[in-house]
Amino acid sequence: MAENKKLTKKEDLILFLSDTDEREGLLGKKNRKLLTDPLTDNNPITVQVLGICSALAITVKLEPAIVMSLAVMAVMAFSNMIISMLRNSIPSRIRIIVQLVIVAALVILVDQVLRAYAYDVSKQLSVFVGLIITNCIVMGRLEAFALGNGVYKSFLDGIGNAAGYAFILILVAFFRELLGFGKLLGVQIIPDSWYEAGYSNNGLMLLSPMALITVGLIIWVQRSRSRTLIEQN
Amino acid sequence: MDRNSNAYTFLFVILLIAIVASALALTATSLQPAQAENVTNEKMQNILGTVGIEVARDSAQIPFDKYIVERIALDSKGQERSDVDAFSVDLKKELKKDVEEQSFPLYVADIDGAKYYIVPLRGKGLWDAIWGYVALKDDVNTIKGAVFDHKGETPGLGAEITQMWFKKSFDDEKILDSSGNFVGVDVQKGYQGGDNKADNAVDAISGATITGDGVTKMITERLQNYLPYFQNNTNVKVASN
Repeated sequence: MAENKKLTKKEDLILFLSDTDEREGLLGKKNRKLLTDPLTDNNPITVQVLGICSALAITVKLEPAIVMSLAVMAVMAFSNMIISMLRNSIPSRIRIIVQLVIVAALVILVDQVLRAYAYDVSKQLSVFVGLIITNCIVMGRLEAFALGNGVYKSFLDGIGNAAGYAFILILVAFFRELLGFGKLLGVQIIPDSWYEAGYSNNGLMLLSPMALITVGLIIWVQRSRSRTLIEQN
Repeated sequence: MDRNSNAYTFLFVILLIAIVASALALTATSLQPAQAENVTNEKMQNILGTVGIEVARDSAQIPFDKYIVERIALDSKGQERSDVDAFSVDLKKELKKDVEEQSFPLYVADIDGAKYYIVPLRGKGLWDAIWGYVALKDDVNTIKGAVFDHKGETPGLGAEITQMWFKKSFDDEKILDSSGNFVGVDVQKGYQGGDNKADNAVDAISGATITGDGVTKMITERLQNYLPYFQNNTNVKVASN
């Protein structure tokens, strides 16, 4: 019987952090699901349709999209963790405000660190770092997951959902930079000979509506591949 | 203690705010020197960039001290102000003051005997502030080079003003028209002039008309303040309109 078995220190810690009876490894089946689900069938952008605003704004080029993804990942992982730690002591009447305070504090921290150590990138992202506060995915996961789950699981959930967000962001930015500028990460990809033959960059890809249309196309592809996502009626 | 009582709620909020506020204050204070250094170095890097000296941001100090031989703060009449350090003038604050109290920084560069006047710019783009520097050759007419930067212009559109191809289009442009009147440089939509350097205009960025207009306006408005100084201190006749 599992109850009689002596717990190792590591298992003990997991049990404490995850707040459940079942014991599983650091990346056991259920925990792995927390990480991989948001990448596919539970993607925050294409399935839950959250965080669309920033997906439109910063996907013109690949580099800002990547840095933005990392910033969102840091904020989500740690805000999920902190809210989960506090979940039994937050007065439920003011929980949204508490969540906002924590998220805002983390975003300011990320912004300050970027300004000191990654100045150029922080300039590129400008206001959008601050706007992570209003990213629906962050608050959505705090409400839906961190308030009811253990610290470690919440951490994984934050990483997973941020990765799902990052995946779509980077995919959209890939197509927009490639078709809009003929470049990837600032390096020219489309050869000069194409331009001479009459090819030209599509300026429309640089405008926000095309980001929405690209996200729409991704949703289309995803739904036609995964039948479980299609509503019954 | 009851988690839903008012006392608990107040206590929780006060504690939370105290912790969050002190954590933020601590980080902001400890990172402030590194951030300020980035800003100062970037300023030097930008100033040097206008006269064709490209340096890494972190190593801008030494070439800056070597090539920038004079830093002058001017008042609105073009007189030098000895009580103001030109480098520490913040144009953002300066432009909000009364005209009589404003100081305008001017940097004079000497590169292997060639003299350049570098003027800081500041204006409005589509979303937020735009700024930059423009260097004039010693005829006080021909642009040696320009750099631009912005706070929140749209990436891929207005934000392209920071790109090399846009900055390069200002090289050798004139700020005076053929009869010697000050006109500045117009960032023109649908520009047809090609490489013409005497038409006081450059090609605009497609999709960034308002940012381009901001650049035009900023160049005209800021350079205007320096005309009295150029008239008094250079042997070139600059007519102002």
